[in-house]
Amino acid sequence: MDIATLVFSALYQFGDAFAFLVLSACGLAVIFGMMGVINLAHGEFIMCGAYVTAATVHAGLPLPLGILAGTIVSALVGVLVELTVIRHLYDRPLDTIVATWGLSLIATQGTLIMVGSTMAGVGTPFGSFQVGDYSYSIYRIVLFCAALGVLAGLYALFNWTRFGVLARATIQVPHMAAALGVDTRLIYSLTFACGAGLAGLAGGLYAPTMTLVPTMGATFIMEAFVTVVIGGADVFLGTAPAGGLLAIVKSGMTSWQGQLFGQIGLLVAVIIVVRVLPKGISGFVLRERT
Amino acid sequence: MSGFVSFFRRLEGPQTVGRGPAFWSLFAVVMMIALAYPLFSDGYTVGNTVYFFVWVFIALSLCLIWGYGGSLSFGQTAFFGIAGYGYGVLTLNFGSAYGFTLVALVIAVAIAALFAVLLGYFMFFGRIAGVFLGIVTLAVTLMLERFMAQTAGPEWHIGSARLNGFNGMSAMPPLTIPWPGEPIVLFADVGLYYFVFGLLVFVYLALRILMNSSFGNVIVAIRENPERAEMLGYDVRKYQLITFVIGAALAGISGVLYTAWGQYITPSSMGMTAAALPLIWVAVGGRSDLTSTVVGTLVVLAAFQALTIYGSQYALIFMGVLLVLTVLIAPNGLVLGAMNWLGRLAARLTQRVS
Repeated sequence: MDIATLVFSALYQFGDAFAFLVLSACGLAVIFGMMGVINLAHGEFIMCGAYVTAATVHAGLPLPLGILAGTIVSALVGVLVELTVIRHLYDRPLDTIVATWGLSLIATQGTLIMVGSTMAGVGTPFGSFQVGDYSYSIYRIVLFCAALGVLAGLYALFNWTRFGVLARATIQVPHMAAALGVDTRLIYSLTFACGAGLAGLAGGLYAPTMTLVPTMGATFIMEAFVTVVIGGADVFLGTAPAGGLLAIVKSGMTSWQGQLFGQIGLLVAVIIVVRVLPKGISGFVLRERT
Repeated sequence: MSGFVSFFRRLEGPQTVGRGPAFWSLFAVVMMIALAYPLFSDGYTVGNTVYFFVWVFIALSLCLIWGYGGSLSFGQTAFFGIAGYGYGVLTLNFGSAYGFTLVALVIAVAIAALFAVLLGYFMFFGRIAGVFLGIVTLAVTLMLERFMAQTAGPEWHIGSARLNGFNGMSAMPPLTIPWPGEPIVLFADVGLYYFVFGLLVFVYLALRILMNSSFGNVIVAIRENPERAEMLGYDVRKYQLITFVIGAALAGISGVLYTAWGQYITPSSMGMTAAALPLIWVAVGGRSDLTSTVVGTLVVLAAFQALTIYGSQYALIFMGVLLVLTVLIAPNGLVLGAMNWLGRLAARLTQRVS
């Protein structure tokens, strides 16, 4: 095996880890960054997206449309959750954790009762290609591009649209935004829906690559939380670099010692980074700037 | 002598609900009933009651850290699991002779506490607070579960104790008290009942004294306003770390007793669902008071078990709904609300009499 294939293999694993971290974390990061709410039901929104995607694909729709359907349904469920529960808890951030945990219990167990312990999966599209002695899945490359696309899309949304401007105004000084006529409650609802939709998108994108079980959300949330904790409140200055850093740790540890040590490496990285940079990477960057 | 009296004065105070002769006579009546209860019941029911008592310790630990300290920790089940596995490994290696099981209890709880010192140092001295604390502790717990679940192979063993992966460890000896002649083996019925009940009453009263001491007042002050507590000269991080470690030790006691009770421990006792349950008991009971936590935990556990018998798969959904509704409608907890209401009622009645 020559150096080029080795480098490609490392890059591929890095890209795979990066896509997984960023896609699973950005929905959580949007909600946390905007509203200071940690959505512990995040994994269940991902599961919702994956299930809807699989169901629509089984019904005969092509995969991209299925993923779109999963995203939209998750966003709608997000609006519902925001209206019924989250809205009443904005002044009690710790209680939102507890309440969303209750929701996650309900969602996991409810899915188990209604759909059963497993759901027929969707085949991974596109096949694979060969580099050196190893074959790689093309879909993983697609996922990496999707992660970059999501980051770019979020950047455009929050910087170039009216919604983005209003949303950023609402985070910065909520009562001033309200005084200027911004419907802050609507903004919060839409932001929550946006985060839930991103979770659904992650679920839809990963639906072809994993087994669909009601507890599948748990495989995402640890990575998602870890990325958000390290990244801090800002999606672009936080989540993206945190995803890059953690992807190096995770892919390195995984190829050295196996998947479990990849995850342990993530955890150790978090504890150390948090000890050094309590406000995450974005907090560090923003403090340097001022 | 006066120091002795003032020490026991701390049994009641601003941080705990319940004071005066009325409360303590009720307490005495409950104690009497609890002590006499095994005489009127069969071994299985008593063993089941012990199971409820076992969980009260972890609920109290969460009450201490979350309710009094204001730091939401999802890591209690991690300490539970560490101590449970610790007890299993120790007793499977060294047996139960010469009262070693009690030594193993202490060592296992100490291991959990040590782990809490390590984790707590990084968290509190890194000034993680609020939601981040919850996430880091949750990540640690899930990580431990995943780690233990993959230890199925024969290469995973400590001494002669196999860790057995997802199936967990089993067949460790129950707690045994050395006694001249015949050692008393505490199987999960009357014997263990009195042991656990005694420990529970001791821990409950000790925590009452602790929370009404100056330490407890500082903890509550930090919960109410960390900056102000810091300005008054208290090292917030140190107090939070000590609370966290005490809480971890309590959760560890729960873990050891659980392992000794059922003679098994599995990684799923550290999973998401397992971590959610103590939170529900404490939130529903009333997290900022010890008595409410104990009562709430026992009531919710009994209700959960009854529900599991009649509609097994819907029980968890009911728990989730209960948790969400409690947070939305009665954020201070149902039992605490009821007790405060009773207290006001009693005060009004006594005023009218005088």
